[in-house]
Amino acid sequence: MKKVSKRVIPGFGLSMGVTLSILSVIVLIPLASLVVFTAQMDFDEIIRTITRDRVLASFEVSFLTAFIASAINAVMGVILAWVLVRYDFPLKRLLDGMIELPFALPTAVAGIALTSLTSDQGLIGSFFAKYGIKIAYTRIGITVALVFVGIPFVVRAVQPVLEKLDPTYEEAAGVMGASRIKIFWKVIFPEIKPALFTGFGLAFGRCLGEYGSVVFIAGNQPFETEITPLIIMSELQEYDYASATAIALVMLVASFAVLFVVNMIQARSTRILKGG
Amino acid sequence: MKKKLISILLAAALTLTAFTGCGGNNDSGSDKSKKVTITNVSYDPTRELYEAYNKIFAEHWKEKTGQEVEITQSHGGSGKQALEVANGLEADVVTLALEGDVNAVRDAGLIEDGWVDEFPLDSSPYTSTIVFLVRKGNPKNIQDWGDLVKEGVGVITPNPKTSGGARWNYLAAWAYADQLYNGDEAQVKDFIKKLYKNVLVLDSGARGATTTFVENKQGDVLLAWENEAYLSKQDYPDDYEIITPSISILAQPSVAIVDEVVDERGTREVATEYLNYLYSDEAQRIAGDNFYRPSNADILKEYADVFDLNINLVTINDFGGWAKAQSTHFADGGVFDQIYEE
Repeated sequence: MKKVSKRVIPGFGLSMGVTLSILSVIVLIPLASLVVFTAQMDFDEIIRTITRDRVLASFEVSFLTAFIASAINAVMGVILAWVLVRYDFPLKRLLDGMIELPFALPTAVAGIALTSLTSDQGLIGSFFAKYGIKIAYTRIGITVALVFVGIPFVVRAVQPVLEKLDPTYEEAAGVMGASRIKIFWKVIFPEIKPALFTGFGLAFGRCLGEYGSVVFIAGNQPFETEITPLIIMSELQEYDYASATAIALVMLVASFAVLFVVNMIQARSTRILKGG
Repeated sequence: MKKKLISILLAAALTLTAFTGCGGNNDSGSDKSKKVTITNVSYDPTRELYEAYNKIFAEHWKEKTGQEVEITQSHGGSGKQALEVANGLEADVVTLALEGDVNAVRDAGLIEDGWVDEFPLDSSPYTSTIVFLVRKGNPKNIQDWGDLVKEGVGVITPNPKTSGGARWNYLAAWAYADQLYNGDEAQVKDFIKKLYKNVLVLDSGARGATTTFVENKQGDVLLAWENEAYLSKQDYPDDYEIITPSISILAQPSVAIVDEVVDERGTREVATEYLNYLYSDEAQRIAGDNFYRPSNADILKEYADVFDLNINLVTINDFGGWAKAQSTHFADGGVFDQIYEE
């Protein structure tokens, strides 16, 4: 079939030009300068910088907490989106709007608020402290903060897909005798899977780089709760731009890899869905 | 915010040059009736001090020259502020927590060599020191540095790698241990290691550490700038006590003129007077009222009932100056890294 389409924005050349220049100015050039700064060091130095024990420990903290937080968000986000799409209840609009709060709130404010809530003297923290569980100033605290900043990504990615999902498929499956669990896994989940992966990937990327809220709740103990962005900040404080950018580059490559893999999975499942 | 500030400054600078008629280094001498604006880039805990000082300086300058002066203040972590100035935030004067931070601006080519001797007393018009803030009644009976390494004592201090103030804390503890062990470095290191083992939360900045201790009620003792400790005590007189240890460090916040900027803007005269006037009796009392130790010995005596003047204070020179202290202790792989890695 020959594709005949009327484009809303005229001129492929022009719009492509705009796309490329904007991408270069706000994405590529800053990233290139990152590489240039790092290139002030020779290869051995770079390797030595990014494999220092403390830096490696911070990678572990950052990646682990970001992954767990994004996984929690993937589950909770789907539930939240489901509730918002499928049910009607009072103040639904308000709840819907609140999902976006983590975007709007300065993350430092969120960090300070979460810390005072979850420290062993705080409202929530004192409850858990009775059972010997510390939240603030541990990796659990970091995860809590990351769940907070990451939740909108999953909800907003999954929500529109659920809205478009035709309930007749579920009815059909039900008529044919499928259980509720089976309906979810065989009918609904495959539809939302690509969006869920996107949401997960975005949340993960965001969590890796999160600094503002985490420094307040983390306790920042080297080897225990020190996140990579904090290491980058301390390198900058020492005016050691090269080390800072070298470590930042590792984060960047890792986030890019994660987002790329997520995109691949998403593209594959979309193809399968389309029957390609 | 920063952009807005810059554009305001830029606009101010442009109008100023327009009025002085492209005269280059015409100083502000040619037009005394025109209002002049200068920017003071400072660090976090000086907010209240400069708020008060800027008022009396404006009066002083008006009296002296008949010209109005407006001072724009900027506060933040000392190291971050130095970076911003080095990267182009237009500041006529910097008043930072450490000599090392001013040196970073110098290294960017904005301040001339020898700035330390430009103003009296190593260019530090007021000083401070590191003291302990403990909870009322001092339940853990903390009297000196030696009590901080005891088991079960929770210490709150910021990370010396990210906070200028925290470097003073670290060095003060080092000075104590150095005297205790007669300079045996292995034992001193062991002491510092034990001390940081007791640190519950290593915040990224001084104000953050105060929040952790005061608002979130973590730990038994906060290592704090003397002036910050007094401010906390002033806000919550029933909750805290200040303990002055037997030995501490003379923290000398540094002030300097940003030569490159004042020459371009023609504000050298007013900027110089701004820093000079910090040494006047009036300004020294303002420093004292804000719990900074006046560097004028006579005025300091007036505050004998506020500060413990018998404290034994070492200076940064005992550590061989900032550059050496920085590379030995706080650089990558330095002593501070080692105590965590061993």
